[in-house]
Amino acid sequence: MEAICDFDRIIPGRGVAALLEDGTQVAVFRLADDSLYAVSNLDPFMDANVMSRGLVGDRGGEPIVTSPLLKQAFSLKTGVCLDDEAVALEVFAVEVLDGQVRVGVNSEVKASA
Amino acid sequence: MSKLVVIGDGMVGRRFLEAVTQRDPSWEVTVLCEEPRPAYDRVRLSAFFDGVSAEELSLASDLDGVDVRLGEAAVSIDREAKVVRSANGEYAYDKLVFATGSYAFVPPMEGADLDGVFVYRTIEDLEAIKAHSAGRRHGVVIGGGLLGLEAANALKLLGLETQIVEFAPWLMARQLDEAGGGILKQHIEKLGIGVDCGTGGTKIEAVDGRLRMETNREGVAYDTDLIIFAAGVRPRDQLARECGIEVGERGGIITDLSCVTSDPDVYAIGEVAAMEGMCYGLVAPGYSMAEVVADRLAGGEATFPGADMSTKLKLLGVDVAQFGAMDGPLSTTYLDPANGTYAKLILSDDAQTLLGGMLVGDAETYPLLRASVGGKVPGKLADLLGGGEIEGALPDGAQVCSCNAVTKGDIMNAIHADGCADVGALKACTKAGTSCGSCIPMLKQLLKEGGVEVSNAVCEHFTQSRAELFDIVKVTGITTFSELIARYGTGAGCDLCKPTVASILASLSNGHILEGEQASLQDTNDHFLANMQRNGTYSVVPRIPGGEITPDKLIVIGEVAKEFDLYTKITGGQRIDMFGARVEDLPKIWRKLVDAGFESGHAYGKALRTVKSCVGTDWCRYGVQDSVKMAIDLELRYRGLRSPHKLKSAVSGCARECAEARGKDFGIIATEHGWNLYVGGNGGFTPRHADLLLSDVDSETLVRTIDRFLMFYISTADRLQRTSKWVEGLEGGIDYLREVIVDDKLGICGELDALMEKHVENYADEWKGVIDDPEKLQRFVSFVNAPEAPDPKIEFEEVRGQKFPAGTTARSHSTPVALGTPVRK
Repeated sequence: MEAICDFDRIIPGRGVAALLEDGTQVAVFRLADDSLYAVSNLDPFMDANVMSRGLVGDRGGEPIVTSPLLKQAFSLKTGVCLDDEAVALEVFAVEVLDGQVRVGVNSEVKASA
Repeated sequence: MSKLVVIGDGMVGRRFLEAVTQRDPSWEVTVLCEEPRPAYDRVRLSAFFDGVSAEELSLASDLDGVDVRLGEAAVSIDREAKVVRSANGEYAYDKLVFATGSYAFVPPMEGADLDGVFVYRTIEDLEAIKAHSAGRRHGVVIGGGLLGLEAANALKLLGLETQIVEFAPWLMARQLDEAGGGILKQHIEKLGIGVDCGTGGTKIEAVDGRLRMETNREGVAYDTDLIIFAAGVRPRDQLARECGIEVGERGGIITDLSCVTSDPDVYAIGEVAAMEGMCYGLVAPGYSMAEVVADRLAGGEATFPGADMSTKLKLLGVDVAQFGAMDGPLSTTYLDPANGTYAKLILSDDAQTLLGGMLVGDAETYPLLRASVGGKVPGKLADLLGGGEIEGALPDGAQVCSCNAVTKGDIMNAIHADGCADVGALKACTKAGTSCGSCIPMLKQLLKEGGVEVSNAVCEHFTQSRAELFDIVKVTGITTFSELIARYGTGAGCDLCKPTVASILASLSNGHILEGEQASLQDTNDHFLANMQRNGTYSVVPRIPGGEITPDKLIVIGEVAKEFDLYTKITGGQRIDMFGARVEDLPKIWRKLVDAGFESGHAYGKALRTVKSCVGTDWCRYGVQDSVKMAIDLELRYRGLRSPHKLKSAVSGCARECAEARGKDFGIIATEHGWNLYVGGNGGFTPRHADLLLSDVDSETLVRTIDRFLMFYISTADRLQRTSKWVEGLEGGIDYLREVIVDDKLGICGELDALMEKHVENYADEWKGVIDDPEKLQRFVSFVNAPEAPDPKIEFEEVRGQKFPAGTTARSHSTPVALGTPVRK
């Protein structure tokens, strides 16, 4: 797990982009209820690193992020695109430790503040 | 290949061409058209004076295998040789169709050929009337029937004092009885138009540059500037007479029920045909004849199905309808002089069967009544006459669109079987509503009856429409999304409701759009105050109000573009767009612009984009007002105004309209006396010309009216509804809009003015608001943990001396998601 920023740095209801040591780009979102999700920052439809700049919300209760380019919705829990199930974002583990947001690749655990 | 020659390209001729090319494309068709333009909608001719252009009235369509020869009149026909001759050549035929229509009847009267005397039939007639009326003030229309009232409306639209002179004892004597004609007269006089019935002109003479018309009444004469004859039409059967085809005693080419004339290879359709001796002056029977002949030429055996001569019209804003018989054994009437309505029903002697009737002032029951002619009276007489609630739906056989003979059954079938879900789809599928348009309210009602409901709910989180949310926010004073969704919605929100609420909060002037919780609601472009492009970089478009810019500022834009290595392009909105800016560079770019006296501009977001202008009086030798200054003032006044959709505007300095103002949400065109204001135009997928809202107003009235127009739109439109659709959707259209924002019918103008005043007072440069605020500034980084590290995926290649996003790989996937579609029950 790599620390990326202070928890307070992320505005509730928005995301930030983080660059991991191996060059992986991750989009990390803080929802209005302070829960955290992390998915790949790469929009698979347009092949651009923009997912962190998408709007978050829910569709039928499922937390989602919407691509800022062509507005496809992705589940923040599974990464699956709700408008085209053949496409998915990679999902990353995320946790808060000592007020720091940490992201990692090899965990199924989702942490919240 | 068999040759078909058609003489005349009017509404019926054009319908025939469409039908015949569809039914049997093997014909080689030549059309000889005397007028200089192809077919146009003569039924709506007077709309020409309401700002509708000749192009918009056009019914022309490209048809395969059809050669339309404009401005080339047929001059003779040799039936032996089967050839039609024109001034330019001759055209052989196997079959010949007369669709020559009618000409305006001018009674033999001394002086009828004087300058300033017109008829009302073609676009050329209207253009001549318009040219002659300039600078003049009074006009007389001879004829108080359908055509005469249309002509009177035209003169009124041209700003002339108008007088109708009708020989019959009351108006529309062919459709109405004396009481109905009386109520109609009452309506028309209220509009300031004079009505003189029982009077005939006897002589016209030129007196001191004006005209004087003597009448058959002792001591009554009219001094006027122009006279229009609108006293009926006559079939254009001259050519047929000359080549020996049989014509009727009172004119018209005699045909049988299959439209064949006395020559088996020659047909006649429309107003020129005297079918079994009878001429029909309406478009609907003409269309039926067109279909009959198209069927015959394709080998069919169709015959004329009979004509429904019922009419429903809106004349000078007054509904008038007549259906079935004009008289019969029993009749019952209802007259309401206070509201100006009149209804009469003709009944069988046992009062059980409806035979006909007429309606003036209120024709809401017309579709039901017309459909019931020949059947049982469809309700209580008191309700039918007095406009009470009528139970029972329209029967399937009821004709909804009489112009195109479309029944309710056809409409319901289009809704259920073909999936038509709005008026546009019904028009395309059934042709209903495509001629006079009077049945469009009925189409809306049938859509509702058919279970098609266009849901206005913003999204799954709010059942309310955008307009309802606007009212809630305004009335409750709620300033946060979280409070609004907790009290009036469900769930966490989404990319539909969040930006909508953000826009509403911004319209009601709630501070910087990135302040506090509002920052989490903004769509990505509003969040980063720039336009995201396909590779995740942004474009920056500095505001250039009215398109006016100094050389020094041009140099600054060039320097900024060079320093940050940006692609530059001139936009359609008279600005300069700089593409390829990385998110971490945006504040640095804005800093340079702000220091040079610019602000960045809204080329994104649901907000005012630009106000274009032509160069106006300062430079142009044609300009009549200072269009540049007006455009700058307007752009600065409305910049930053958040709205349901983007807003565009333009100001033209004269009627040549170089700024293309009529393609804008609000467009201003200078006149010699002030400004004309047009609203509800747009380009885009379905272009629409803006409608004239005000004429010849001063600058102060202009700005006040635009203030109200914009705030009324912002308060009541749906999410992503452009002003064009909004104006079209207003019950009562542009007239209603004028009543609300000019006459203050709803008493809301004070509030609209106050809302706009608040916007203007509170506007602040949004970009400067970011670079002066360290907390907001820290959001503009490529990575939260490596703020200056560029995204390595953003690469460019050079084309035509500038940089472009490097080859993208996944474009085949890139279909946008459809948002918001009608819901079927």
